[in-house]
Amino acid sequence: MAGFRQNVEATIPALRRYARALTRDSDAADDLVQDTLVRALRSEHLFHGGDVRSWLYTILTNLNRNRLRSLARRPTLSPIEDNDAPDMAGPEAGGRDIERALATLVEDQRNALLLVVLEGLSYREVAEVQGVPIGTVMSRLARARVQIKAYLDGERPTLRRVK
Amino acid sequence: MIDRDSHVTEDELHAYIDGELPADRQEAVSNWLTTHADDAELIAAWRAQAEAIRARYGAVASEPVPERLKLEKLIESSRRGSRSWAAVAAAAAVAAFVFGGATGWVARGASAAAPNSFERFTAEALDAYKLYVVEVRHPVEVPGDERAHMTQWLSKRVGYPLRVPELQSIGLKLVGGRLLPGPTGEAAAFYMYEGSSGERFTIYCARTTSPETALRYRGEARSAAFYWVDNNVAYVVSGPADRDRLQKVTETIYEQMEKDSGRKS
Repeated sequence: MAGFRQNVEATIPALRRYARALTRDSDAADDLVQDTLVRALRSEHLFHGGDVRSWLYTILTNLNRNRLRSLARRPTLSPIEDNDAPDMAGPEAGGRDIERALATLVEDQRNALLLVVLEGLSYREVAEVQGVPIGTVMSRLARARVQIKAYLDGERPTLRRVK
Repeated sequence: MIDRDSHVTEDELHAYIDGELPADRQEAVSNWLTTHADDAELIAAWRAQAEAIRARYGAVASEPVPERLKLEKLIESSRRGSRSWAAVAAAAAVAAFVFGGATGWVARGASAAAPNSFERFTAEALDAYKLYVVEVRHPVEVPGDERAHMTQWLSKRVGYPLRVPELQSIGLKLVGGRLLPGPTGEAAAFYMYEGSSGERFTIYCARTTSPETALRYRGEARSAAFYWVDNNVAYVVSGPADRDRLQKVTETIYEQMEKDSGRKS
């Protein structure tokens, strides 16, 4: 497994990008990447060939799921929309809009969309990461795109609650 | 004509922009889009979404990788001290043995590593330990003989019901407790116990978002700590640098905490 560590290392920038899009917070994102790397190194002996990159995306996706679960269990946290509401109409709205649109997605749909669009994984690879059939990946992707379009078209999510 | 008009599904539209469409359908979809303006509009909207996502986050991959994510750094820091990968595995095995009653403990621990949280919490806890353990007259805010009041007050401040373990069975008496700032800015509860020869142990606990972990050990020159996370609370038991004794104390505390949380769920 000589190339294992080089492969892990080469994937770090992409993992940071994916984590940043998932968490929208650079510290939380790097925490997630760090936990992913620690776990990958620890499980090196369990890795029997296959695609290191997909495997790392899988670990990160699962760790993020844990993270979201424990965030959800915290009673003190207020909804994202409330926190973000004030600076809604700024000139930077382009980037912020897509950020907010992504935040409205169901987790599995957001993961699928980001893995395809941002990380350039194939449908097959995403199916592997998410542990579901390709058809499920495609329907997640389709729903994510419908939801984002509705969000961006609607502009005001509070007035237009889309399915 | 059949080629040109053969129906294009929505799945194919997605596959088209994601580069997943089989080569023999490429032309059919392109043709379809010239005659179906609504679908062409959809495609444009989806492409714009993808562009916006890449514009927002794409540059992250070109940023220099921070020090703490450098692989050699992670490998090295795991080797330093007593915590090589093998040692971590051994610790997990010890935890399995010691806490054999706690189902799922090892499985959870093995799958959830949070070194940052571990380092932050143990550093805070050991600082508090070193600061207060030398205090003779004012080591705590609420003395141990007001246990009920202390439990109630601290529970209210940290925002979840606390349990103050009873350690008489291993010769430790509750000195008392105090409120401290936690590593994430939330309140942390801190209790102190004292043995017959004056040695002191402390429990430091605060809410965390870190996943549950197996027992982890951190040793310093004169003090040491065991750390674990259970049910969104991180616990650090600190004491003098005597690992066996500390582990015995930690085991007793853990059992009582676990019994309590088991009752609740």
